[in-house]
Amino acid sequence: MPRRDDIKKVMIISSGPIVIGQACEFDYSGTQACKALRKLGYEIVLVNSNPATIMTDPGMADVTYIEPLTLEYMTEIIKKERPDALLPNLGGQSGLNLSSELANAGVLDKYGVKVIGVNIDAIKRGEDRQAFKDTMNHLGIEMPRSDIALSVEQAEEIANRLGLPVVVRPAYTMGGTGGGLVYNLEELRTVTARGLSVSLVGQVLIEESVLGWEELELEVVRDAKNQKITVCFIENVDAMGVHTGDSFCTAPMLTIDGDLQKRLQKYSYDIVEAIEVIGGTNIQFAHDPETGRVVVIEINPRTSRSSALASKATGFPIALVSSLLAGGLTLDEIPYWREGTLEKYTPWGEYVVVKFCRWAFEKFKDAEDKLGTQMRAVGEVMSIGKTYKEAFQKSIRSLENSRYGLGFAKDFNGKSLTDLLEMLREPTSERQFIMYEALRKGAEIDVLYRKTHIKPWFIKQMKELVALEEKLLQHKGKLPPDDLLVQAKKDGFSDKYIAQILNMPEKEIRDKRTSLGSVEAWEPVPVSGVENAAYYYSTYNAPDKVEVSKNSKILVLGGGPNRIGQGIEFDYCCVHAAFTLRDEGYESVMINCNPETVSTDYDTSNKLYFEPLTVEDVLAIYEKEKPEGAIVQFGGQTPLNIAAELEAAGVNILGTSPEAIDLAEDRGRFRKHMAKLNIPYPKSGMASTLDEALLIADEIGYPLIVRPSYVLGGRAMEVVHDEEMLREYVAAAVEISPERPIIIDEFLVNAIEAEADAIADGTDAFVPAVMEHIELAGVHSGDSACVIPPVSIPQKHIETIEEYTREIAIELNVRGLMNIQYAILDDKVYVLEANPRASRTVPLVSKVCNIPMARYAPQIMLGKKLSHLNLKRKPVPHFGVKEAVFPFNMFPEVDPLLGPEMRSTGEVLGMSDNSGLAFFKAQEATKQSLPTEGAILLTVSKRDRASAVEVAKRFDDLGFTIKATKGIHDYLAGQGIHTEQIHKIHEGRPNILDAIANGEINLVINTPSGKESAVDDSYIRKAAIKHKVPYITTTAAAIASAKGIAAYRRTRGEVRSLQEYHKDIR
Amino acid sequence: MSVRKQKALLVLADGTVFEGLNFGSEGETIGEVVFNTSMTGYQEILTDPSYKGQIVVMTYTQIGNYGINTEDIESGIPNIEGFIAKEFFDFPSNWRSKNDLGKYLKEHNKVCIDGIDTRALTRHLRDNGVQPGIISTEDLNPESLIEKVKKHPEISSIDLVSEVTTKEPYKWDMSLWKPEPAAAGDMKNKSEFRVIVYDFGVKMNILRHLAETGFDVTVVPAQTPPEEVMEKADGIVLSNGPGDPQTVQYAVKTAKKLLGEKPVMGICLGHQILGLALGGKTYKLKFGHHGGNHPVMDLSTGKVEITSQNHNYCVDVASLNGQVELTHKNLYDGTEEGMRHRDMPVISFQHHPEAGPGPNDSGYIFKRFRELIENGR
Repeated sequence: MPRRDDIKKVMIISSGPIVIGQACEFDYSGTQACKALRKLGYEIVLVNSNPATIMTDPGMADVTYIEPLTLEYMTEIIKKERPDALLPNLGGQSGLNLSSELANAGVLDKYGVKVIGVNIDAIKRGEDRQAFKDTMNHLGIEMPRSDIALSVEQAEEIANRLGLPVVVRPAYTMGGTGGGLVYNLEELRTVTARGLSVSLVGQVLIEESVLGWEELELEVVRDAKNQKITVCFIENVDAMGVHTGDSFCTAPMLTIDGDLQKRLQKYSYDIVEAIEVIGGTNIQFAHDPETGRVVVIEINPRTSRSSALASKATGFPIALVSSLLAGGLTLDEIPYWREGTLEKYTPWGEYVVVKFCRWAFEKFKDAEDKLGTQMRAVGEVMSIGKTYKEAFQKSIRSLENSRYGLGFAKDFNGKSLTDLLEMLREPTSERQFIMYEALRKGAEIDVLYRKTHIKPWFIKQMKELVALEEKLLQHKGKLPPDDLLVQAKKDGFSDKYIAQILNMPEKEIRDKRTSLGSVEAWEPVPVSGVENAAYYYSTYNAPDKVEVSKNSKILVLGGGPNRIGQGIEFDYCCVHAAFTLRDEGYESVMINCNPETVSTDYDTSNKLYFEPLTVEDVLAIYEKEKPEGAIVQFGGQTPLNIAAELEAAGVNILGTSPEAIDLAEDRGRFRKHMAKLNIPYPKSGMASTLDEALLIADEIGYPLIVRPSYVLGGRAMEVVHDEEMLREYVAAAVEISPERPIIIDEFLVNAIEAEADAIADGTDAFVPAVMEHIELAGVHSGDSACVIPPVSIPQKHIETIEEYTREIAIELNVRGLMNIQYAILDDKVYVLEANPRASRTVPLVSKVCNIPMARYAPQIMLGKKLSHLNLKRKPVPHFGVKEAVFPFNMFPEVDPLLGPEMRSTGEVLGMSDNSGLAFFKAQEATKQSLPTEGAILLTVSKRDRASAVEVAKRFDDLGFTIKATKGIHDYLAGQGIHTEQIHKIHEGRPNILDAIANGEINLVINTPSGKESAVDDSYIRKAAIKHKVPYITTTAAAIASAKGIAAYRRTRGEVRSLQEYHKDIR
Repeated sequence: MSVRKQKALLVLADGTVFEGLNFGSEGETIGEVVFNTSMTGYQEILTDPSYKGQIVVMTYTQIGNYGINTEDIESGIPNIEGFIAKEFFDFPSNWRSKNDLGKYLKEHNKVCIDGIDTRALTRHLRDNGVQPGIISTEDLNPESLIEKVKKHPEISSIDLVSEVTTKEPYKWDMSLWKPEPAAAGDMKNKSEFRVIVYDFGVKMNILRHLAETGFDVTVVPAQTPPEEVMEKADGIVLSNGPGDPQTVQYAVKTAKKLLGEKPVMGICLGHQILGLALGGKTYKLKFGHHGGNHPVMDLSTGKVEITSQNHNYCVDVASLNGQVELTHKNLYDGTEEGMRHRDMPVISFQHHPEAGPGPNDSGYIFKRFRELIENGR
């Protein structure tokens, strides 16, 4: 069937900010959708609140809206743009839900918008529990058995029928609160009783437990002719019980026989046919390895994290194909490299793909490292190898967590087998590493299988790796025998890991194995759905089969897995680097291992190597491709970490030198340069003992910001208010030694923080924008809201910041991008730190100011001068407010405070002609809409009382009821502001918690009393998250909120596209 | 690939040498080296009698992971002469597994090799054509191995069928394997038609499919005179099998006698035998079709099915001078995949509708055979 002619303009709703469970895979799928549909000749209206994405670049869609993803804004956009069609299944669960909402509210009918791809009924059949169950019954496909109980007795009867263990799920509670897995009747009675009481309707669902069953996933694609193909069979190595988003997976399935695969395929085809999806669908099954029973767990009739993985694992771009199918094409009209057209597609490959997750438990002090039914991972890596062992080991060294192999992680090697086995009782993010040490200590495969439900085949593979490692260890301090070294390389052991365990220089290992002919070779993964495309992976298990062109090439090093502090922004920069290189006549060669990204899409660069970002892997590609240089400053910290080593090995690093990058990071050296330039810099010092620290602290004066010197991105950074806290920090938080000193900086209390991004060519610098942070200094810049252009910084300081930025860029000989953080205190501008590399704010600045920084910077690195680029700073007549989005709802045990350590996973942008409204919209976009009336809770620390007066006044003026705890109540009374007094938790009832639970509070403003207070007040913030009440933890943000609410009440503004905003910049 | 140290060599007739590690039995084996592109289904491939005389290279890299079970077999024993992969595993994880691949191959004295670059080998066979090869653990001198291969008779000159066919006729009543006991509604079709299957190396899945389709199935040896079965059958199936159809002239003669007398269905070798019996020609493919992912179009419906294939020879349908209608075509290379006689109740297929391993897309073909018999009544 040919392309549909009845539609011209298609709207795509994407997924919003990066959160746990919904990450940049939707930037990848949305970007592919834009490309595919525009190629078919449709006009695209794209909506997303996430400014860090490639898809929201003004060139990706015809009309781009960066607006909050709510029914209200979507309706406005539809009213204005009048699209003919809506594509709902490319924007994750958010896009799907919002599309359903628009249909249910009658908006789509009213404006005559057709839904393409998957229709609204189909979404319901897939998403609604009962509708789905009915469909499955009709098809004769089993689901986990379950029944509803209204009493404990009934629950017992059902449990006896199903057999323990069972899962108790209270009806109508969020996130399964009050339920759980029970193993015996006593537990059943307790949990059921609790569940019945928390359920609004007094019902619990008693469900058969499929814990420990094999978890198997299929990605299938169906077209309008009902032709169906299976893109990929994915085996979750972690069994049922660990969320698929946290599971370690392989593709293809490795321990599942063809017969079962065929059965799953038949079920999947029956399901997509019944649900009538056009495009890709992910279907998850559980298979009981004892009896062979198969049950379907869930389906996702849309692109997903799994579909992104399946796409990258097979070279089948599911989002692209789904979009073409939604546009009316059928599979027999889309090309396939093997057999003409796609209806003939079958999974194929001569390689093994492994996906492994990246978690962030270390960022959340009180969070328990435990994996379960709720996803906790913040990112993932994918690796490709010729054998399972090779792929598995490559995935470990892709993780970017300073591990280059499976052994000797943390202190596991020092633990006894009994302890290790005990640690395996429940799944954790460290499970594979613990198993490795357990095997070293002689654990039986069967014992590990029973503890973990990980199939013995996988454990056996690991055991063989351990055995080989033990052989290597017999040669500690020298080179291992040739055949052993060659075998280790074949089994995926990295040079660095071999060097580490043998205590040898990495280079010696590399030179030796190279002399033995053990070198990386590459093989292609051909791409389906398009003509003549492929990407590449390395192996030590076959000769090289990849040709190299004679063109001039530049290498771009990507950012590796998403994690807190390094997300999609860096992928945005890498993608633009690749685009620019292509425009400038170079062949771009990308290296990255993150399957969720646009940078690992097959056509972003001329050549993509799906590889770990380690010296070993990058160097091998460099030597093969012989590019003119490598760009390391766009992929965040990942490539910078290896830049110096690469340069030493002969790699030509383009742009700012690793030496300059190092200089900026070395606070001592940086201070000297600032002194030379006469730029104010907070007092600071380095200490390698407690006594030194105390001495420096006395010199500088409290409060201080302290951090270990060997980590970046704000890890383990804290504000210290007095000597006792400093002693505590040194004693508890960090190991301190001459090799690992701590850095002690003066903390500028109540300073306004600002930052500037710049493009520099070594002799001059261009500063597109200065950003003002909403939160005061002390909150990590990644977690702070910020506004462009500044609203309260005087012009003279903005000019000073621009001037300093230029001076520092020239002083450090920066060629490319640079970001500098500033603080303004007592009419004086201080520089806090400089990062001569792409920053988190590059896409933000580029979009608000219409200056595509990541396009200009590569041109400079290739030798152009700023003067050639003819850049002009133009006044920006609107405001853009960036707000951070946090995963605290996923970590209920964690105190959701902001501090010097970054903890946000993503961000949104609110845009308006009015700064207050822009702030309000940013809050709406984070799904924490500010109330426009009602009551606020105001409890602030003693330190913040003075600034709380302005907060109270503003909310009082807006007509809000203010509830305050005794201290602040009395204080404000003294200032003539009336508040209602409310009890703290230890002061009797009803108290703050009751008021939050009863919905009597619409906004919580609570600044932490911190460690100087005897009473922990984190319960207030945790309660706000639990009951979904918006909360603010700084007075600065509270004032901005009051302004925002006032602005919103005056005028709601109207939706405007990014292209319209940009037109006004003259 | 853990503790094995025993070196092994694979040497092709054109002198190409691959060094790897021994798997299964030690010793020496000679056969025609062909590659198979299925991602799963190694057990079915091992036991498929059509592979008699052949050494099979699996293009997927990880083989043996889900072990050996008692159900997914195509005959009682592995019929391949040797087996090659990037990596074999003898430590399976699968709930149906009863044995491991290493032990199984050893029990049946199969000399196998892994640890070689199977992609390079496959590419070599694609470029230079299928050819004989030898795997050895005893003789590691490539020169002498080449001599041995060259001395070995060509596969096209041997009647391999007589090596794999059953010695005695037997009844078959097992349907397709199912993971769970059949549900109440899942009644078997009544066995109202009798089918005689000429065993040229028949795969059990063909028999299972026939039983599933409601036939009373009897399997007879390849050289059974047609007169003996004519009266006892409502339909005849000429099965798949190994080797060149030209080497089984007795089967061609049998087919000639059956034509027009009874409804006949040919599969793979059976299809080629029918082609010869109708006076046509067969030809050899450069590197054959072996795998579970070959697209074939059913020309009567226009539907594409993904099929299981295993053959080195094809029927030149044009040589049949319009007696038959081409019903199926391979979308890979346009070769003939199925035909129907214009006057007689005869259908035949080059690919494997029974799968085992591979997709079940073509399973409807057994129903077509049933209709052919029903319409003839």
